Amino acid sequence: MTDTPTQGKAPLLHVEDIHSYYGNIHALHGISLDVFEGEIVTLIGSNGAGKSTTIRTISGIMHPRQGAIYLDGAPIHNLPAHTLVAHGIAQSPEGRRIFPRLSVIDNLQMGAFLRRDKAEIQRDIENVYALFPRLKERHRQFAGTLSGGEQQMLAMGRAMMARPRLLLLDEPSMGLAPVLVDQIFEIIKRINTEQGTTILLVEQNALMALEIAARGYVLQSGSIVLSDTGAALLENDMVRKVYLGEVG
Amino acid sequence: MDPQLEAFLRQVLVGLSIGCYLALIALGYTMVYGIVELINFAHGDLFTFGFFISLTIWGLFDVPTPLEGAWILALPAIAIVVILLSGGLNVVIERVAYRPLRGASKLAPLITAVGMSFMLEAIFAYIWGANQINYPRFIPTTNFLNDFSRIIRFTPRDILLFGVTIPAMIGLTLFIDRTRLGKAMRAAAQDREAAAMMGINVNRIIAITFFIGGGLAGVAGMVYGLYTGSGRFIMGFEFGLFAFTAAVLGGIGNIRGAVLGAFIIGMVQAMSDLYIGGEWSRVIIFSLLILMLVFRPSGILGSTTSVEKV
Ligand SMILES: Nc1ncnc2c1ncn2[C@@H]1O[C@H](COP(=O)(O)OP(=O)(O)OP(=O)(O)O)[C@@H](O)[C@H]1O
Ligand SMILES: [Mg+2]
Repeated sequence: MTDTPTQGKAPLLHVEDIHSYYGNIHALHGISLDVFEGEIVTLIGSNGAGKSTTIRTISGIMHPRQGAIYLDGAPIHNLPAHTLVAHGIAQSPEGRRIFPRLSVIDNLQMGAFLRRDKAEIQRDIENVYALFPRLKERHRQFAGTLSGGEQQMLAMGRAMMARPRLLLLDEPSMGLAPVLVDQIFEIIKRINTEQGTTILLVEQNALMALEIAARGYVLQSGSIVLSDTGAALLENDMVRKVYLGEVG
Repeated sequence: MDPQLEAFLRQVLVGLSIGCYLALIALGYTMVYGIVELINFAHGDLFTFGFFISLTIWGLFDVPTPLEGAWILALPAIAIVVILLSGGLNVVIERVAYRPLRGASKLAPLITAVGMSFMLEAIFAYIWGANQINYPRFIPTTNFLNDFSRIIRFTPRDILLFGVTIPAMIGLTLFIDRTRLGKAMRAAAQDREAAAMMGINVNRIIAITFFIGGGLAGVAGMVYGLYTGSGRFIMGFEFGLFAFTAAVLGGIGNIRGAVLGAFIIGMVQAMSDLYIGGEWSRVIIFSLLILMLVFRPSGILGSTTSVEKV
């Protein structure tokens, strides 16, 4: 396994040999990974590899039975999920999980639940609307009445409303039309460069994810089988064959 | 006036007044169901608790009957204490009896709630006695409509009842619709895990929900005492069932539905008392419950759970 740590700095997120379970099902078999401040890191792997489980474990929705997770050097793997937002972790979860019977704007406000800076919240809402004009058009509508793609935008906008240091994105391009997929990746890059947000990105669309990511990890059956820079993984034979769908 | 019409109008007022207490109880039922999907069978007993505890508090003072002068101010003061105590009791019940069972099968907390109800009733009977208990007649029953009709009654007690319950319903609706905390309650009811991802402490939201539900039921019990002048340790059981029926009728988990359901039940009871006979009222109300569960389980306004959790 190739390791490419970023010049001796301490990582923002350090995941150390975590094992997560669903009841008796052993889903993660010792995952270790690092995300450094300001990076986009991507996690790729086929269905059932454990990508979402990794995200859920980092965000405290699940707790690892073994192993540890550190944010800025402090252990967070035993903290309840709701406390992690205050530590700067927010996410757009798998399956969107927007609040269907709250309006679009109320969903965004829930994303900023812990913040008290009203004027800044309002500015961030405008900011989300600028990125996703569709949300602005539908701001009074129940979120459950949005199309799948619009809900995906809302889930991402809602996560941004927390102004996280670390943004976890689980398949943000899911269900989007191809032109919107390009746009979403563009937005992810912008959030990263303009707001300095560190991003851990899970994607089915391995090609685009590796293109914008500084580094990537490849997951298979609950273990990391490969890790390298995004560019190097794009050139990797195994990655090309299995995840980029190249023949021969 | 036509005596038929007079009797009808009287029953309309009776129906509205029954609807008022039922609404306060049904709101707690439906809020708790909305967020933890528990039919809290012990909820009606908080109503009884409000009745008894307010009686005990009145007993600490030498209060003139009927209330006069500055003693009128004791009403809101004691109501607030009753809300705090019944809300607090409901929070404790949730903490010790239901929270440890979260994540267990749904049947476990349901059975626990039934057990909790029996336990509370036994404790009430032990402390306050098992007989019908009289509540002091603090509020006079002079009929404002005397010159107009002797049958249709609207008294200071009605003013108290409507004056407490209607602002409570409106206040609760506004709180849940408009405030940050109210929105967080709805968010947690719709998706607990996603709410936690927003930084919402779901356990605290659940505790607040039980507090509000218990407080409303408790103050309803106090108002009931002031209104009817008597009550018994077991009465919460029946009121709880009626309120549950109201919540199901309106759409369980739905705040406006609970209020609507309560007024429908109140009206059905008042009208069946007049036209069919009081002994049939329960039969009619519970038949309504069964019909609703069979033909439209999501209730009149739609329940919050059937819509998105399919
Ligand atoms: N709620 C659950 N109960 C039991 N097993 C689960 C549950 N969720 C996931 N698993 C199992 O855990 C493993 C990892 O699942 P996970 O959802 O993390 O995969 P993934 O990499 O995100 O897949 P996908 O690309 O399909 O989203 C799979 O074998 C899956 O069957
Ligand atoms: Mg997944």
